[in-house]
Amino acid sequence: MDISNYLYLSAILFTIGAVGVTVRRNAIVVFMCVELMLNATNLAFVTFSRIHGNLAGQVASFFTMVVAACEVVVGLAIIVTIFRSRRSASVDDASLLKR
Amino acid sequence: MTTSTHLVYLIALPLLSAALLLVLGRIADKWGHLLATLVSATTFVIGALEFFAMQSRTGASRAATQKIFEWISVGAFKVDATLLLDQLSICFVLLITGVGTLIHIYSIAYMSHDHDRRRFFAYLNLFIAAMLLLVLGNSYLNLYVGWEGVGLASYLLIGFWNQKPVYATAAKKAFVANRVGDVGLSLAIMIAFAQFGTVSFDGVKAGAPHASPAALTAIGAMLLLAAAGKSAQFPLQSWLGDAMAGPTPVSALIHAATMVTAGVYLITRSNFIFDASPNARLMVVTVGAITLLFGAIIGTAKDDIKKALAASTMSQIGYMILATGLGPIGYAFAILHLLTHGFFKAGMFLGAGSVMHGMNDEVNMRRYGALAKAMPITAVTFGLGYLAILGVPPFAGFYSKDKIIETAFNSGGTKGILLGGATLLGAAITAFYMTRVIVLTFTGSKRWDDKAHPHESPILMWAPMVVLAVGSVASGFLLSSGSALVNWLQPVVNSQNVVAGEELMKPIVVSGLALGVVLLGVLLAIFKYRTVPTSAPTQVSVFTKAARKDLYQDSFNEAVLMRPGQKLTAGLVLTDYKVIDGIVRTVGWTLGAISTAMRKIQNGFVRSYSLLMLLGVLVLVFTIWLVTL
Amino acid sequence: MSILTTLELLPLIGAFIVGFLPNSNAKLIKQVSIAISLLVAAVSILMAVRFNSGTPGFQFIESRSWIPSFNINYAVGVDGIALVLILLTTILVPIVFLAGWNESEGGRWSVKTFYVLLLVLETMMIGVFAATDVFLFYVIFEAMLIPVYFLIGGYGVGERAAAAIKFLLYSLFGGLLMLAAVIGIYIISTNQGGGTFDVTELSKLTIDHPTQNWLFLGFFIAFAIKAPLWPFHTWLPSAAKSATAGTSTLLLGVLDKVGTYGMIRFCMTLFPDATKTFTPVIITLSVISILYGAFLAIGQKDINSLIAFTSISHFGFITLGIFAMTSQGLTGATFYMVNHGFSTAALFLTAGWMVHRRKSAQISDFGGLQRVTPVLAWSFFIAGMSALALPGLSSFVSEFLVLVGSFTKYPVAAIFGTLGIVLAALYVLIVVQRSLHGEVKPGNESLTDLNLREKIAIAPVIVVLVVAGFFPKPIINLINPATATVMAHAGVSDPIAKAGK
Repeated sequence: MDISNYLYLSAILFTIGAVGVTVRRNAIVVFMCVELMLNATNLAFVTFSRIHGNLAGQVASFFTMVVAACEVVVGLAIIVTIFRSRRSASVDDASLLKR
Repeated sequence: MTTSTHLVYLIALPLLSAALLLVLGRIADKWGHLLATLVSATTFVIGALEFFAMQSRTGASRAATQKIFEWISVGAFKVDATLLLDQLSICFVLLITGVGTLIHIYSIAYMSHDHDRRRFFAYLNLFIAAMLLLVLGNSYLNLYVGWEGVGLASYLLIGFWNQKPVYATAAKKAFVANRVGDVGLSLAIMIAFAQFGTVSFDGVKAGAPHASPAALTAIGAMLLLAAAGKSAQFPLQSWLGDAMAGPTPVSALIHAATMVTAGVYLITRSNFIFDASPNARLMVVTVGAITLLFGAIIGTAKDDIKKALAASTMSQIGYMILATGLGPIGYAFAILHLLTHGFFKAGMFLGAGSVMHGMNDEVNMRRYGALAKAMPITAVTFGLGYLAILGVPPFAGFYSKDKIIETAFNSGGTKGILLGGATLLGAAITAFYMTRVIVLTFTGSKRWDDKAHPHESPILMWAPMVVLAVGSVASGFLLSSGSALVNWLQPVVNSQNVVAGEELMKPIVVSGLALGVVLLGVLLAIFKYRTVPTSAPTQVSVFTKAARKDLYQDSFNEAVLMRPGQKLTAGLVLTDYKVIDGIVRTVGWTLGAISTAMRKIQNGFVRSYSLLMLLGVLVLVFTIWLVTL
Repeated sequence: MSILTTLELLPLIGAFIVGFLPNSNAKLIKQVSIAISLLVAAVSILMAVRFNSGTPGFQFIESRSWIPSFNINYAVGVDGIALVLILLTTILVPIVFLAGWNESEGGRWSVKTFYVLLLVLETMMIGVFAATDVFLFYVIFEAMLIPVYFLIGGYGVGERAAAAIKFLLYSLFGGLLMLAAVIGIYIISTNQGGGTFDVTELSKLTIDHPTQNWLFLGFFIAFAIKAPLWPFHTWLPSAAKSATAGTSTLLLGVLDKVGTYGMIRFCMTLFPDATKTFTPVIITLSVISILYGAFLAIGQKDINSLIAFTSISHFGFITLGIFAMTSQGLTGATFYMVNHGFSTAALFLTAGWMVHRRKSAQISDFGGLQRVTPVLAWSFFIAGMSALALPGLSSFVSEFLVLVGSFTKYPVAAIFGTLGIVLAALYVLIVVQRSLHGEVKPGNESLTDLNLREKIAIAPVIVVLVVAGFFPKPIINLINPATATVMAHAGVSDPIAKAGK
C-alpha cells in the first residue's frame, strides 16, 4: 500500500476536527474534535517517521500525547466547572470575557 | 578719564528708595513721599557736586567713570556695569534730578488726596533711577537697561489710575509703542556688536570711521527708530497724547522734560555714527521736520489742555531731533533746546496741573476762561513759559529755537531751505496754538459752571512753578552767553571742532523772520478766539477734523497693524486647533476607528476565534508555499 | 559614592519615607516632603560650591557596571550646563511643594501618592541631567513620563485624562525614535571596536554623513517634542491647562529643558556634521516658534494655556540660541533655560493662586485684582515682566545673549526673533490689563491676598530673577567652559572672536 495514504487520512481527520471545532457548540464535542486534530498530527508524525526511517517523528508524537493528556485534564476540569455553575456545556454561553 | 567712586549712588539711592517704598507697603504711607523727595534732592546735590568737580578738571580728565561690577562676559561679548559721567551726561543729570526734585515737591501737594501717594512716589524714584542709568551708562546695553526702565516707570505712572480702563489702555499703548522702538535699539546694538565686537560708546566711536557705510546707515536707522519710539516721533508718536492719562506731574517730568527727550540724547550720544553716515542724518532730519509740523498741527485742534501741551512737546522734540540731524554743530543746539524746553514745558505742565487742581480736574479748555484773576501766580508762570516757547527775546526759547532755525537754514542747498522753512512754519503754528491755550485758559470770559471754585494752588505747588519760570526766563541766556554750552559739549559731540559753514542767513535775519511769523501766529489766534463756544464746533474744515484725530495716525495704526494683527491671531488660534492639533487628533481618531472596527472580531465566541486561527494558519501555510515555490 | 549619586538617591529615599507615613496625616506628609526637598536643595548647592568652574569636562564622575553584556553603565557626571539645570530642579521643587500646599487634595489618589510621585520625579530629573551614558539617559527620559502622567491625570482639572494621554503618546512617539537612534549609534560603536553608550566615547566615533543625519533626526525629534518646538507643540497647552500649577511648573520649567539640554548634549556633540546640515531648518522652526507662540499667546482665553504658549515662544529663543552655535547663543540659551524655569514658575504659581481663588482660569473672569489682592497682582506682574524680558530681570540677559549670538551668524533670523519682543509686550500687557487693571469685576471683590506661606514660596523666585539680572556672572561663569567644550566638539567658532575689533 502507498504510504502517502496515511498522510491523506491524517489530513482528512485534521480537517474533520477543525471543522468540528469551528461549527459545534457543545464543549465536549469541540474538545473531542481538538483531540481528533491532535491525533491526526500524531498519525502524520508517525508516518513521516516511517518515511524518513528515523525515530524523531515518533518521539514528537509521544510529546503530543503527553500534552494532549494534560490538556484533557485541565480542559475537562474547566468544562465541568462551567457546567456546574452555568448548567450548560455550550461554548457560546461562555463568552464572559466579552462582557 | 577720571575714576569716580560715587556715581553709583546717583542710581542706587532712588532705586533702593523705590524698592523700599514698594516692599514696605502701607507702613510707609505716612513718610514715603518725604523719603522719596529727600532722595531725589540728594541725587541733585550729588549731581551738582559732580558738576563743580568736573569744572575744576580740564581736558580729557573732565569725564569720570566708575566700574561697578562685571555684568555679562561671554566670548567676545563683554559688558560691564560701568557708569560714564561726561559733559553730555551731566547736563541730563542736572536736568533730571533738578526738575525731578521740583516735581517731587509739587506732587506732595498735588497727590495729597490720593490714597496711593506712596506708590506714586515710589514710581517717581524708580523713574529717576532708570533715567539716570540711561544717561550714565557707558555702553549701549547699559543705556538699554535704563531705556526700558524708564519705559516701565512711564507705563506704571500713566497707568497709575489703572482702575479706569482707558488709562490702563493708554499705559499699555505707550509700552508697546516704546517696545517697537526698543526693537530698533536692540538691533542697533546687535549690528554694532557684529561690526565692532563691542557695544561700549568708546569702542563704537573708535570703530565707526572704519565701518562700512551700509552698516553705519543701518545702525543709524535703528537708533532713529528707537528714538522715535521713546521721543514720540513720527511714525511712533501716537502714544504721547494718550499718555496724558497719567497724573499731571508725571506728564511734566516724564512726558515733557526728561524721558521723551531720551531719543535726542541717544542720537547725540551716537554722534560718531551719524557724523559718518549722511543717509542716517537725512532720515533724522526728515523725521524731525515731519514731527515738528505734525505735532504743531495737532496742537491747534486739541481742547484738552494737557493734550495740547503734549502735541507741543512732540513738536518741540521734533525741533531737537531735526537739530541732531544737522551734523556736529547741531547737537549742542539740540541739547540747548532740550534744556530750555525742560524748564518751560515742565513749568507749563505744572501750570496746567495747577489749573486742573483748581478746577476739579477739568481739562477741557473750553470750560476755562478768565482764570488769570483767580490764579495769578499760575497765570504769570505759565505766561513766562509761553513767551519762552514762542522764542520772544530774551526768554529761553529765543536762544535755543532760533539757533536751530538758523542752523537748519544754513545746512546748505535745497535741504537747508526746506528744513529752515519747516522750522519757521512750525514756529508760526506754535505761536498760534500756544496763544490759543493762553487765550482759552486765562483770558476772555469765564465759561466754567458754578460748581467750580478756581483758586490758587498751595505754595508747595506754585513754588516749583516759580523756579521753573525763572529757568524759562534765564536759562537760554545763561547757557548761551559766550557759547557756554556749545563749548562745554564740544569735546563730546563735536570732537573735530567743526564750525558753522556758509551762512545763508545771518542770525539777525533769522530772528527777525521768526519773530515776524510768531507775531502773525499770535495775532491770528487772538483774532480767531475772541469768543469761545463752550462745546467744540462740529462744522469745521477737514484740516481741523484731521488734527483733532491726531492726523489719523491712530486710525492708520488700527487699520494697518491692529486689526490685521487681531485677524492673524484669531486665524492662527484656529489654525493651531484645526490644522496642527487637527492632524494629531486625526491620527488619534483614525487609530480609534481602526480599533473599534477590529473590536468586532472579539465577539467572545470560541468558534470564531478558532476559525480565525485556522484562517491564519492557512494564510501562513499558503505564504510559505508561495515562497518556497 | 559621589555626591551626585547621593543627590539622586536622596529624593528617592525620601519617597520611601513618605510612603511609610500614615495616609491620614496629610500635614505631616507635606512637612516631611518639604524637609526632604530642602535637604536635596542644600546638597545640590553644596555640590555647586565644590564644582570647579575653571575646568572643562564632567565632574563628580561615577561609573558602575549595570548591564555588562551591552556595556551599559550607571555613569553620571556634570558639567556647567548640567549643573545649573540640576540646581534649577532642586531649587524649584521645594518652592513647588510650598506653593502648591493644597494642590494634592481633591485628586483621584491620596495626598501621599502625590508627594511620592513628585519626589520620584525629582530623582529622575536630577538623574536625566547627570547621566553620561546614553542608555541610562534614555531610560530615565522615558521613565519620567510615568510620574508626570499620573500627576496630570490624577490631580489635574478639566479634561485631565485626555491631556495626560496626549502628553504620554506624544512623548512615547519621540522616545521610540530616540530608542532606534540609540541602538543605531551603539551598533556603529560596536563596528568601530567596542560597543559603548558612554557619551564621551561616542563623540569620538567617525560616522558618515547620511547615517549621522538619520541618527540626528531620531534624537532631535524626540527633543523637539519635549522642548517643544513648532509644530510638535500641541500637547503642551492642553497639559498646562489640565495640570496643577506645581506640575505645570515642573513640566515646563524643568522637564521640557531635557529636550533643549539633549540637543546640546547629544545632537550637537554626537552628530556635528548632521547638526550643520539641519541648522537652517531648525533655525527656521525656532523663529516660527517664537512668533507663532507669541501670536497664539495673544489669542488665548485661558490663563494657563497663555503661559504655555509664551513658553513655546521662549523655547523658540532657546533653540535659536543653541543652533546659532556661537558662544553667546549657546551660553545665552543655557542661561535662558534656567531663567525660563524661574520665570515660568513665577507665572504658573501666581496664575495658579489666581485660579484657585477665583475658581476659574478664564482671563475674562478676572479684572481689577490690583485693588483687591495687591501682593498677588505684583507677583504676577513681575513674573510677566520677566516673561517679556525686561532689562534688570535675568531673562533679559539670556534673551539678549541669544539674539546677539544668533545675529552674528544668522542676522535675518535674529531680526525676526527681535520682533518677538514687541509681541511679548503685547501678550503680557494684555493679560495684565485684563486681569489686574480696570474695575473690580463681580466675583472678585472678596478674593484674599497671598498668605505668608505663598509669600515665602514666591519670594525666592523673584529674588533669583532680580539678582541674576544684575549679577548673572556666577551662573554664566559656570556655563561658559561647558559651552566652549561643546563648540570645540562640534568644530565651530565664533564669527566675532575678539572683543573690540
